[in-house]
Amino acid sequence: MSSESKKNIDLSVRLGRITLKNPVLVASGTFGYGEEYAELINLNELGGIMVKAVTLEPREGNPPPRLAETPAGLLNAIGLENPGVDVFLKEKLPFLRRFQTAIIVNIAGEKEEEYLRLAERLNQVKGISALEVNISCPNVKEKGLIFGTDPEQTFSLVKKLGEITDIPLVVKLTPNVTDITKIAQASQEAGAEALSLINTVLGMSIDVETRKPKLGNITGGLSGPAIRPIAVRMMWQTFQKVNLPLIGMGGITDAEDALEFILAGASAVAIGTANFIDPKTALEVIEGIKQYMQVKGIKNFKDLIGWLK
Amino acid sequence: MYQIKAKIILNKKIIPEHYKICLDAPEIAGEAKPGQFVHIRAREGYDPLLRRPFSIHKSQGEKIEILYKVVGKGTQLLSRKKIGKKIDILGPLGQGFKVNPGLEKVILVAGGIGVAPLYFLAERLAGYTHWKAEKGSKRQSIINDSSINKNQLDILVLLGAETKEKILCLEDFKNLNVKIEIATEDGSESFKGLVSDLFFQLLSKESQVNLVCACGPALMLKRIAELNYRYKIPCQVSLEQRMGCGIGACLGCTIKGQTGYLRVCRNGPVFEADEIQWNEI
Repeated sequence: MSSESKKNIDLSVRLGRITLKNPVLVASGTFGYGEEYAELINLNELGGIMVKAVTLEPREGNPPPRLAETPAGLLNAIGLENPGVDVFLKEKLPFLRRFQTAIIVNIAGEKEEEYLRLAERLNQVKGISALEVNISCPNVKEKGLIFGTDPEQTFSLVKKLGEITDIPLVVKLTPNVTDITKIAQASQEAGAEALSLINTVLGMSIDVETRKPKLGNITGGLSGPAIRPIAVRMMWQTFQKVNLPLIGMGGITDAEDALEFILAGASAVAIGTANFIDPKTALEVIEGIKQYMQVKGIKNFKDLIGWLK
Repeated sequence: MYQIKAKIILNKKIIPEHYKICLDAPEIAGEAKPGQFVHIRAREGYDPLLRRPFSIHKSQGEKIEILYKVVGKGTQLLSRKKIGKKIDILGPLGQGFKVNPGLEKVILVAGGIGVAPLYFLAERLAGYTHWKAEKGSKRQSIINDSSINKNQLDILVLLGAETKEKILCLEDFKNLNVKIEIATEDGSESFKGLVSDLFFQLLSKESQVNLVCACGPALMLKRIAELNYRYKIPCQVSLEQRMGCGIGACLGCTIKGQTGYLRVCRNGPVFEADEIQWNEI
């Protein structure tokens, strides 16, 4: 393809008040706070960075082992290890702000109060495009996941967050529910700007020699290509039921994978586990989407969203 | 840190289950320091999904060498890679051994395949190649011909293996003119028992040991660390853990340190023994 025709392609996309220069993000928890990957790829080329979850207080995380590989999948139980919001603001965000890319801060907590206080702390902070409300981490024993499995609690939390902060709210949904669209609808009614889906699928793996669980936390969250069909299905279901922009994630490794989510209704996608395998994945997905649009004769990325027959 | 497609120059079995792979990786070879590792993608496709970390065994000119044991799917696939093919590698990664000038006696303790990074260290300590000072490092890691006179530095290498047939790198070490002691679990060569037992026995005889560097199974390292703590000898250990990204972002490969969790890939894989909470291992 000529570079001239590629130039005419518009990859920019708006998710409510959030503007992305292209629809390819990197998923929270797989990219740290960008420092490490900045040594390998140009972060300015990314549509956005969904940073590792931040909590009000520092969290030590779960005991090792924290990872177990499964066929085409990765089980993790990191347990939201992070230095807390104060260190994040002082040491991590200034670095991220140097790049021309959307910074979406993933916030997590055990109690409603923690989310609300986090939102207060971040409200006046410059350089944050959105808050990703993590109500779906499977690796905290406390209440983090409960919010995300109950429509009423989701509604209550998102509503209260919206009253505290002007920063757009992206609600991250868990697949570990009977009907994800119920949580999606509750988020919409509460004023979410966009939704991201899916978080990891709750799983477990056992070492039959030692007869012990492979993870220190016993159970963990499954990610990687193994969960992609589940994620695509949930994207498609959610797209039918809500009018919010959706960010698709779950096992994306290349442009074709990303396009599955986009055709099913995603306005943007996030690369997660694939960052570990090949740090260039997100950049290659951007190129691959351009290529697809060129071949299909589509100039505006927006026209691809939900283009499923 | 670089991500490159490295051409395979050699990939051969040296003893049962153990292989040596030599890669053309100029950028990595130029910067690699003993104790650092590379993160290798054993295949395109998704089973196994993740890269595999390997200590750098040798770094000469534009080439690096990895010594590995086939233990699972990833290493199995790697062992079948043909010469001339290219593989995707990330490196050099992590913190290597930190050695200050002024050493007189160093003991290197290797358990099985744990010998891999220790040969690289021994070679540099023996003064065969320059080891550049690490920029911006808090602790000094200056080892070059001017700071250490190889005639003055006494290097003792302890090699542990299950049997005589499984002793690795013996000829390589002999060529460095270092002192070598061997322990085999079945007694088929020299000392009968674990290399940590041999180490314990030698400690009572050796005086003025400035530094112990060890790599091997976790329980061996634990034992070595405890002995060094008792004898008050500085000790560095190279640890292993299942890794995700390999560069410090995913927090998957942590181990318990005295001040909280440490990332093996970024804060290590080489740690001061007293940084680690051994009772958690």
